Amino acid sequence: MTTLIAIAYLVAAVLFILGLRQLSSPKGARNGNFTAAVGMVIALVATIPLLHFTAAGVTIIAIGVVIGGVIGTVGARRVKMTAIPQMVALFNGVGGGAAALVAVAELLQFGMHPALTIAFPSVFSIVIGSVSFSGSMVAFAKLQELMTGTPITYRGQQLVNGLIAAAIVGFVIAILAIASVPFSFLSLMVLALVLGVAFVLPIGGADMPVVISLLNACTGLAVAASGFTLNNFALIVAGTLVGASGSLLTKLMSDAMGRSLANVLFGAFGQVRTGTAAAATGQEGRSVRSASAEDLGTLLAYSQRVIIVPGYGLAVAQAQHAARELAELLEKRGVEVSYAIHPVAGRMPGHMNVLLAEANVPYEQLKEMDEINDEFKNADVVLIVGANDVVNPAARTSPGSPIFGMPILNADQGKNIVFMKRSMRPGFAGIDNELMYDPKTIMFFGDAKDSLTKLAAAVKAA
Amino acid sequence: MNSELLNEVTFFVLAIFVGIEVISKVPTILHTPLMSGTNAIHGIILVGAIVIAAGASSPVNIAIGLVAVTLATTNVVGGFVVTDRMLEMFKGRQQTKTPPSK
Repeated sequence: MTTLIAIAYLVAAVLFILGLRQLSSPKGARNGNFTAAVGMVIALVATIPLLHFTAAGVTIIAIGVVIGGVIGTVGARRVKMTAIPQMVALFNGVGGGAAALVAVAELLQFGMHPALTIAFPSVFSIVIGSVSFSGSMVAFAKLQELMTGTPITYRGQQLVNGLIAAAIVGFVIAILAIASVPFSFLSLMVLALVLGVAFVLPIGGADMPVVISLLNACTGLAVAASGFTLNNFALIVAGTLVGASGSLLTKLMSDAMGRSLANVLFGAFGQVRTGTAAAATGQEGRSVRSASAEDLGTLLAYSQRVIIVPGYGLAVAQAQHAARELAELLEKRGVEVSYAIHPVAGRMPGHMNVLLAEANVPYEQLKEMDEINDEFKNADVVLIVGANDVVNPAARTSPGSPIFGMPILNADQGKNIVFMKRSMRPGFAGIDNELMYDPKTIMFFGDAKDSLTKLAAAVKAA
Repeated sequence: MNSELLNEVTFFVLAIFVGIEVISKVPTILHTPLMSGTNAIHGIILVGAIVIAAGASSPVNIAIGLVAVTLATTNVVGGFVVTDRMLEMFKGRQQTKTPPSK
């Protein structure tokens, strides 16, 4: 019997690995997700014969599966494509919470004196799982705009966070050394939950994808640790796979932003405040150019090359269809249109590609940053739709800026720049954008979708 | 160190290498779906949640088991469904290549 289970777990592990591999190439990605799901079903079904169920056990599993299944399906189906990042954060957080609870239940079962080989992974899972849970919830709140997306910092923050971390380490050592009483890991859990919140608060909304990816890797490790507690190979292998690939993915993501992971996680301490203050005073009283839709329509209609730079503003306004319609009108007039996709356009790497694909934008028109950066100087019009930080020259020029060093699109090299924005409000990273004051730049204020529709009408009339 | 633990550690170490190797060539456009896909895979904690919930009898264990199973199921189901929705978009794009869109 146990041999069969072991074989089923092995099959599941292989399917997870194959699934991950397919997920990392555009062709097989959707199949990869399916492959992994099949692995999951096999692992779950194989587990059942292993267990002795109590009546209460069967009931709570049934109730839990139904509730979780409904929340998961409805949440994942209903969520708008623009809100995907926070949904991933939410699903990751609940996984972390589950890992911590599994470890708690297992520790309770072993009573006061669990062996070190049980106690250590359990405590690890409780701490990491709880941090992942509360950290993900803060990330969710920030992206859902339930709270401010700007970094929340205060004096001595690093010290406070350090102290919480130190207290956790102290607790862990105490629990491992002098056997556990239930109360002590309850306190440990509370401390870890607080640390998760405190850790994510000072990180700006623009950096949330990296944080979510990191917490995703953490949940993977917490799951693996719970696997050690339960002596369950499926948990160990799957959790570790996620922990390892998630860590690499986190690094790849911060690389795409041209930042080190440490800079993303701890960069906000004290730095952003001074940055925004300086920028704000510097920009006072400066004027920007703006123009009517008709003027811009003419400009667009009689140009040869137009590059559209889509950003998060386009996503929130659901303007991807309006953008495609404008592009099609321009193409009919013989204008060459392409889209410049910054690696972190939208709110996550790859997010913008998903949104534009949804609007049936032809794949050939989507250009990655490296591919298109040299073409901006040949563009007659660069149309920036709701993007901001990814075209902010401060990333090249001002070392004090929180986005300094991030590779940006060379939108400022275009012959004309049309900057479509709801207001002069700074972007997600909370910093002002020099490009708006550039003499070549024309501001066009309004909701991205309305503005694009107006421009399309103007192009038709031109 | 008993042999079972040693086996587990072996699996753990090998899985680290496989996990890193298997996604090392992922293009940027797939970062988000890949993150979401790995997110669904760590929903395997549902196996753990079912193991601890199955034998629950005391009120504390019942409460922990119920919450753990609910959270883990949300993770698995939501994770796979949301990843599929993202990747569906990529598929749609390939289809529209043949007939010109409107």
